[in-house]
Amino acid sequence: MQNRYSFGGDEHLFVECSEEMSLEAFFKSLSMTNAIRESNIKGITEICPANASFQIKFNPDVIHPDDMLRQVQQIEKVANKAEPKIATRIVEIPVYYQDPWTHETLMRFRERHQNPDATDIEYAAEINGFSSVPDFINAHSGAPWFVSMVGFVSGLPFMYQMVDQPRQIQVPKYLSPRTDTPKLTVGYGGCFSCIYSVRGAGGYQMFGITPMPIFDPEEKISYLKDFMVFFKPGDIVKFKPIGREEYDQCVADVEQGKFWPKSCDVTFDLQDFQQDIDAYNSKLEGLINEC
Amino acid sequence: MSVKVLHPGLATTVQDLGRPGYFHLGIPIGGAMDRLAMRAANLLVGNAEDAAGLEAVFVGPKLEFMEDAVIAVTGAEMPVKVDGDEKPTWTAIHVKAGQILSFDFLKSGARICLAISGGIDVPQALGSRSTYPIGALGGFKGRAIAEGDILPIGAANSVNEGRSIPVTLRRTPGNPAELRVLPGLYWHRITEEAGNNFFEDEWKVAPEADRMGYRFCGGRPLDFVDREPPFGAGSDPSNVVDCCYPYGSIQVPGGKEPIILHRDAVSGGGYFMVGTVISADMDLIGQLQPHTPTKFVRVTMDEALQARADRASILNAIRTSLE
Repeated sequence: MQNRYSFGGDEHLFVECSEEMSLEAFFKSLSMTNAIRESNIKGITEICPANASFQIKFNPDVIHPDDMLRQVQQIEKVANKAEPKIATRIVEIPVYYQDPWTHETLMRFRERHQNPDATDIEYAAEINGFSSVPDFINAHSGAPWFVSMVGFVSGLPFMYQMVDQPRQIQVPKYLSPRTDTPKLTVGYGGCFSCIYSVRGAGGYQMFGITPMPIFDPEEKISYLKDFMVFFKPGDIVKFKPIGREEYDQCVADVEQGKFWPKSCDVTFDLQDFQQDIDAYNSKLEGLINEC
Repeated sequence: MSVKVLHPGLATTVQDLGRPGYFHLGIPIGGAMDRLAMRAANLLVGNAEDAAGLEAVFVGPKLEFMEDAVIAVTGAEMPVKVDGDEKPTWTAIHVKAGQILSFDFLKSGARICLAISGGIDVPQALGSRSTYPIGALGGFKGRAIAEGDILPIGAANSVNEGRSIPVTLRRTPGNPAELRVLPGLYWHRITEEAGNNFFEDEWKVAPEADRMGYRFCGGRPLDFVDREPPFGAGSDPSNVVDCCYPYGSIQVPGGKEPIILHRDAVSGGGYFMVGTVISADMDLIGQLQPHTPTKFVRVTMDEALQARADRASILNAIRTSLE
């Protein structure tokens, strides 16, 4: 896997690890951005990992773009030889699938959808060959996800499921974007799941909602007091399906400052993972259950 | 010291020079669209260049001053009035307690920067006072100012009224506007002919133009090089696997209407980009009104760096002129 380098004007270096999405490409993007952060190259002001690419913003008054490029290419050589391991954390995110709020919203925008007679999740289940919605939910919540990018707007995570390519769920975005999406909607577009951090426009299919805020500009919510954004690229996420009762309980707990997301530290090893994906994922699931 | 908002204008926000460092979390740098104008306004009133001022687009606010202050209005040309008397732009103006600052219709440009001696003293959020309304972050309560708001003003340095920035140092876009672009990013996705057309055609600023991005229309659609869609990219030829978007990058969804991302940019998405407006010309975009004819001018990295140095020397000349 060879990076493609291009300058974004005089202040950005854009690096594409791979044209197509894969865990390997994401892993390369993440480990290279980690290595670049540690290298403390002078003049770098932002390091942004994405799904299969990344971007560096720099001050060309401090470092000439050609020197910037050379230094990052040097890091690529090292990264290609490095052990593919990263220290990260795994978090459990409760999801109320087929909730009334995203349902109400999706019904308002049926004319913008590929199949106006089905709900978003029914449509996604059908085109991915699942015989029922519960089977689809099992697949979506069964295997964990890598947060492959945080962005678009405030703290919104894009997640890529940790399964081999044939098992990846793929769903097109809405034919034309909605003007409304409830806050904390769990969405899906292309091969990525996401959680809308704030209410607003959106084109991803809507499957459910989490009771757990992930962005708090006022930094008042218990687990967001230190920093307003919950997710970081490289986080591993396990969705836990919940019903209405548990959803309401979580919402109340968040309001009373009693809610703490289940989370623990973990080292992810790409080679071990690739040897036996299902066994590796069960191990991760065991870990989060013990948190 | 404080200032009362009698009328907010159209979308007037508190802005400084932005909050770098959080784009990887989807929080953009923000800050004044026209940085040079904001720096100049602050220098005129004796503030640090990165003090917070107001940025108003198309329509100016109406403000009542609770105490004496020195103000300066730079950027777009919009007649400034104090208690109804017209005052010069790009000039330090004394406003007395109880006086009302207002504006007439916009003459040219799109955004004014208003600096008040002492700076607007709203709390910092992630190291900046800039307003990011989508995230309800920074500025005055995370939003544009509204009627009745009382804006807190910091402690002022003493400064001479009447001093001004020479006309030769006021940077404005021409007509047609010219924006210099370094091709790159996913430039290889379009045909050579489409690439030539992009720079040959005259574009016009579309009505959808704001702090997040400026859309352009009127040029020929771009033809793509054939491909098998890469896994995860989506089927449209303009789709890529969601990636980061540089500030100033030019995406062209469907190959039709280019969008230049600006200070409140979304940090990433799934549309290919043909290149990036160079840093020296970002300020100019913020001064473009809808329908302004615009040419994209192809430059090399060396030319981009030269333009950056030229812009820096204008700023230095402004600093020197006020010493």
